[in-house]
Amino acid sequence: MTSRAVVTGIGVVSPNGFGAEDYWTATCGGKSGIGRITRFDPQRYPARLAGEVSGFSAEDHLPSRLIPQTDRMTQLALVGADHALADAGVSTGDLPEFGMGVVTASSCGGFEFGQGELQNLWSKGGQYVSAYQSFAWFYAVNTGQISIRNGMRGPSGVLVSDQAGGLDAIAQARRLIRKGSDLILSGGVDASICPWGWVAQLAGGRLSTSEQPDRAYLPFDTDAAGHVPGEGGALLIIEDAEAARRRGVTRVYGEIRGYGSTFDPRPGSGREPALRKAIEIALDDAGLSPGEIDVVFADAAAVPELDRVEATAITEVFGRRGVPVTAPKTMTGRLGSGAAPLDVAAAFLAMRTGVIPPTANVTLSPEYDLDLVTTLPRRASVNAAVVLARGHGGFNSAVVLRSTD
Amino acid sequence: MTGRRVVITGIGVLAPGGIGVKNFWSLLSEGRTSTREITFFDPSPFRSRVAAEADFDPWEHGLGPQEIRRMDRAAQFAVVAAREAMADSGLDLDDVAPHRAGVTVGSAVGATMGLDREYRVVSDGGRLDLVDHEYAVPHLYDYFVPSSFAAEVAWSAGTEGPATVVSTGCTSGLDSVGYAVELIRDGTADVMIAGATDAPISPITVACFDAIKATTPRNDDPEHASRPFDRTRNGFVLGEGAAMFVLEELESARRRGAHLYAEIAGYASRCNAFHMTGLRPDGREMAEAIRAALDEARADPEDVDYINAHGSGTKQNDRHETAAFKRSLGEHARRTPVSSIKSMVGHSLGAIGSIEIAASVLAMENNVVPPTANLHVPDPECDLDYVPLTARDWRTDTVLTVGSGFGGFQSAMVLTRPERNPA
Repeated sequence: MTSRAVVTGIGVVSPNGFGAEDYWTATCGGKSGIGRITRFDPQRYPARLAGEVSGFSAEDHLPSRLIPQTDRMTQLALVGADHALADAGVSTGDLPEFGMGVVTASSCGGFEFGQGELQNLWSKGGQYVSAYQSFAWFYAVNTGQISIRNGMRGPSGVLVSDQAGGLDAIAQARRLIRKGSDLILSGGVDASICPWGWVAQLAGGRLSTSEQPDRAYLPFDTDAAGHVPGEGGALLIIEDAEAARRRGVTRVYGEIRGYGSTFDPRPGSGREPALRKAIEIALDDAGLSPGEIDVVFADAAAVPELDRVEATAITEVFGRRGVPVTAPKTMTGRLGSGAAPLDVAAAFLAMRTGVIPPTANVTLSPEYDLDLVTTLPRRASVNAAVVLARGHGGFNSAVVLRSTD
Repeated sequence: MTGRRVVITGIGVLAPGGIGVKNFWSLLSEGRTSTREITFFDPSPFRSRVAAEADFDPWEHGLGPQEIRRMDRAAQFAVVAAREAMADSGLDLDDVAPHRAGVTVGSAVGATMGLDREYRVVSDGGRLDLVDHEYAVPHLYDYFVPSSFAAEVAWSAGTEGPATVVSTGCTSGLDSVGYAVELIRDGTADVMIAGATDAPISPITVACFDAIKATTPRNDDPEHASRPFDRTRNGFVLGEGAAMFVLEELESARRRGAHLYAEIAGYASRCNAFHMTGLRPDGREMAEAIRAALDEARADPEDVDYINAHGSGTKQNDRHETAAFKRSLGEHARRTPVSSIKSMVGHSLGAIGSIEIAASVLAMENNVVPPTANLHVPDPECDLDYVPLTARDWRTDTVLTVGSGFGGFQSAMVLTRPERNPA
């Protein structure tokens, strides 16, 4: 029999809440973390809003020797990992070192650190480039640093598929559990709110230019006109159900039950976008029918043609207004590879609390036949959830989560 | 879906001095090197001024004007290598359900060349803190997210299954293929176009390795600068390139009469959880990865005919992996030829693991073990048979290929001749 991959710990670093509890209170209360950028002066740029993790000081959480060698995204990830391990009650020293691994997603690496060193190179010269540049910015750094900090020596990895990568990482964690690992720390944390990262994101052409935090990121709304980026994400402790039981875990959040991943046909092919297929594959993998799903956490691109594709896929699979849909990322911005793991965390918190958080600020466009949860949280019994994530270029991933109670 | 086995049915390689599988194998089997003084930019300000550069013209390889403008050099490499692999495999993707064919591309450092070049422009030579978006190229976002590499390969091939970039530093090339193997084994996909690419020869990369003295300062003798296991080696030589493979489920590949280059029989990775750039001399975690990969392949240490080493040419690596081979294979390590092709094609970071898989498969195809070039006087602490200078005729049915990288990643893969294990 295949082993089951269950989630036993959640660590959240989000623009609207530091730690899972703060995040959940804020999210159910409709409290947004989006505001005018403070990490640099955004005045000269056409987009000026972001979801920043405010009040975070790495020195409060991490040894001082780690600070100069890490980008902000890694500092946030290390703290998120600490939270997740604490939440799961894991003392890594007590578990077999080769039985524990780390699989994270990254979308763009440590861009802020990279900007600093590129500036040293081009303004002063190569000899001014930091000895840490060789690893502080690269995509593998969060996995490497988390592994080192916690002595986790088992199978590990790093996946990069833009925003879809967060789900791909969680699915890979499940795969490693099935292959025999006891525990995988997985998810994603991204942060690239620096001028260089901002210019790169502006080039993507999907940023909202609104200056009003509550009107800037409006997926499925008639006023949808791009998204607001953010920083942060979530890390999860995913364990083999039997191994978790052996170490005395009595309460788990739920199970990673199904996964599907597809890539859109090349532009101009005339073929149908592949998101629907990803959802169908994930449901099939989970052995659940659409009618058994209690909520869908949408990717929520807030680009009209992408919203249309997603709404159509959801409607085709679940029926017209067939399932509650939500996108609490309207309160955090899109967090790169951190977005989907945060939605996975939210889905498990929804199961635990019986509350579906709202898609803040959005008025559903009449164009979409969705049961979108807007304005207020909705009380509901949530036993199974689908989380969707898409990446620039055509990446589609879906996971199915299920409570184990 | 248990019991599904994965074979390589197509190979594409783009290596310095060896663009295309045929040229690549000529370079290796003749023991020639492709390292030289850097020509891509003026290297004179830098400590290490040597690299293995590919003389690559995207036009010659069929890329169109818009593809060339859009793609970073590393993406171009991946697409060209993937096309060679697809053509080599003879597979018609029209015969495969679109969502059952996927793509994984390994890369350690993504679109470094594009990012370095564009940063210099938007910052006006590093002068502006608030870099100027009006000078950004429209495809800067594709450099920002290296997932664009997987997108490019998927578009080029027309696959609609899982697509991703695997980025685990210098083991990316092994881990990308290992990940693709898992997707076929667990039934997620039937065909994967998998491999790795990197094009890191750019001032920022050269500077960052200078800063930790990881690359060689042997600037007066560029052709012989990459000297793994030699007592005089003093750092690696940066390289670039790509290798991509067509991976298929064994039975369906047999049914369509494909040429089966090799079975990917075992793969494992471990982390040393020690240091982002440092290695413990005992090779413990790499040895563990090797044991796990052999275990998955149901192979004994004595089955290994050839070890394709990481062999980067840094003192700590060469000793670390020599210890790992002894630890995992015991006495058999002393009887087994070990070689590093980085002596010839340099160290292309995330790409090299896949390029080394290609070398391993070609060693089996030809029953020839490629040499370690430039190895004249072995480091006394590296006391295995490193096949110095010239290739060796050697019956090779099982190859172990390994990688080790920043972040502490240690990976191992076991490739076997498919006929040996009739289904």
